[in-house]
Amino acid sequence: MTEGPLVEIVNVAKSYRRGSQVVPVLEDITFSIAAGEFLALMGPSGSGKSTLLNLIAGIDTVDSGTITIGGVNITTLAETELAAWRALHVGFIFQFYNLMPVLTAFENVELPLLLTRLSRRDRREHVATVLELVGLADRMDHYPSQLSGGQQQRVAIARAMVTDPTILVADEPTGDLDRVSAGEILSLMDRLVADFGKTIIMVTHDPRAAEKAHLIRHLEKGVLTNS
Amino acid sequence: MFILKLIIRNCFRHPLRLLLTIAGVAVAVIAFGLLRTLVELWYLGAESSSSTRLITRNSISLVFSLPISYKEKIRQVQGVEKVANANWFGGIYKTEKNFFPNFAVDPQNYLDLYPEFVLSPEERGAFLRDRKGAVAGRKLAAKHGWKIGDQITLKGTIFPGQWEFVLRGIYRGAQRTTDESQFFFHWNYLNETLKQTMARRADQTGIFVIGVKKADQAAEAAEAVDAQFKNSLAETLTETEKAFQLSFVAMTEAIVIAIQIVSYVVIVIIMVVAANTMAMTARERIAEYATLKALGFGPFHIGGVIFGESLAISLAGGALGIALTFPAAGWIETELSQFFPVFHVTTVTVLLDLAAATVVGSVAAIFPTWRGVTIRVADGLRRIG
Repeated sequence: MTEGPLVEIVNVAKSYRRGSQVVPVLEDITFSIAAGEFLALMGPSGSGKSTLLNLIAGIDTVDSGTITIGGVNITTLAETELAAWRALHVGFIFQFYNLMPVLTAFENVELPLLLTRLSRRDRREHVATVLELVGLADRMDHYPSQLSGGQQQRVAIARAMVTDPTILVADEPTGDLDRVSAGEILSLMDRLVADFGKTIIMVTHDPRAAEKAHLIRHLEKGVLTNS
Repeated sequence: MFILKLIIRNCFRHPLRLLLTIAGVAVAVIAFGLLRTLVELWYLGAESSSSTRLITRNSISLVFSLPISYKEKIRQVQGVEKVANANWFGGIYKTEKNFFPNFAVDPQNYLDLYPEFVLSPEERGAFLRDRKGAVAGRKLAAKHGWKIGDQITLKGTIFPGQWEFVLRGIYRGAQRTTDESQFFFHWNYLNETLKQTMARRADQTGIFVIGVKKADQAAEAAEAVDAQFKNSLAETLTETEKAFQLSFVAMTEAIVIAIQIVSYVVIVIIMVVAANTMAMTARERIAEYATLKALGFGPFHIGGVIFGESLAISLAGGALGIALTFPAAGWIETELSQFFPVFHVTTVTVLLDLAAATVVGSVAAIFPTWRGVTIRVADGLRRIG
């Protein structure tokens, strides 16, 4: 791990093409995130927060600027290198959980480990540990359809955690949950930061969710409005 | 292993869709298999012909006969080992619906030249001894419930009258593809009757079947036979048995081509249907593919899952289709034996069925695979809920 901030975003710009029209989404974004920080990105719909999260997670590419994570400038990586980097360094938590419906909770959590050289036994141990951590050790053989929304999101968090990634990115992790389940998920994420020193970048509309973060950044029409 | 697990489980996500797709492919493969068998059947006579047998007929047309006196002259041609004469009789058993091929033949030589018609020595002896004796194929006998010793009456069409025969033998085919629905009787019986009723038609035969010692003597012998009767009243045309059979096929070639086209059209139709199903499936799962990509899985994994599912479903349909082709062909052989005395599904047809199912699965997967592999993760993740 390098000295200084874990995530450094410098002069990042991103636009989309809509026919012949170029629509700017992010303009000259510069900020950094320290290791072990829990950052919330807030802003109205269309402000570019999800796009920024995608760029940090390496699932979208910048038009200009650089994003350096753990000393690696990910904007210079090719598609296959980026995929390999994601597998090692990024844990994803989605609004709609994005679990494979045909795989059990255990198998869903095991997915990222299939890309590693871990033995079957080691994989089992890792999966059991994180499922224990999220409180679903007794649900490992359940399919997503047999779990509640909150439980599915906890499986998704376990999947995001299982490779012990450098950063966790969460896109509206409580957006599809009732208040109680949302509270449980936020507490769990809080624990990941406090107890395990994880770095979390979360996009949210929910002020209650943002309250859990150490730092909140607002985006307005593709521009950071505070720091 | 993971890909295989995902393929199998994805296949069963929509049981009804799976069932209907498999059924669709199976029906197409059955249709393809049966049509291919039909085409093969067309060429069966030519394919199962012997390279050491020649057929001599009137050079003008098969309709015109040849003098029986040619037989001895043909026998003396170098390379000729055996000669038998045969006549298409065209008799009807009870009604025209009961059609089966019936020939007046020179029994001894004919049976020697066609060892694929297998008779027991006792039945062969009984047939040769009895001028009114006849031999029928096993399927024909079974169909009409004939037993050895039964009296069978055919109504002549080319040779008018009621012709009575005694069944002296029931032959079986040496190969599976041998036609077991034919009926043979003594040419002498026909000829002697004609001498009394239509003397001008006596001592004539339709064709001569010539057996040569070696296949490489066939061309030379054919030329020598035709040369012998050049400038005679009935010039001959001698050709290999295969060429003779193919001349019949040529008469109906347009039908064969039409059947072949239909067989391929059936496959193309199911290919389009399967491609639509796979495209629909992939569209529904695009967010899942994007999630896998986000987690670090590459094009090989995503492509493998989509392509594998398409291929698995198509091959399952193909296997079911192949399995059902055999009873379907068996039913045709039994129920429509007057049209299709042999309806045997060959290994080549099975392999073609398998190839067709593979092509259907592969082609159907091309677009969805391409879509799944090339979709940008961020775009794919937006297609949720």
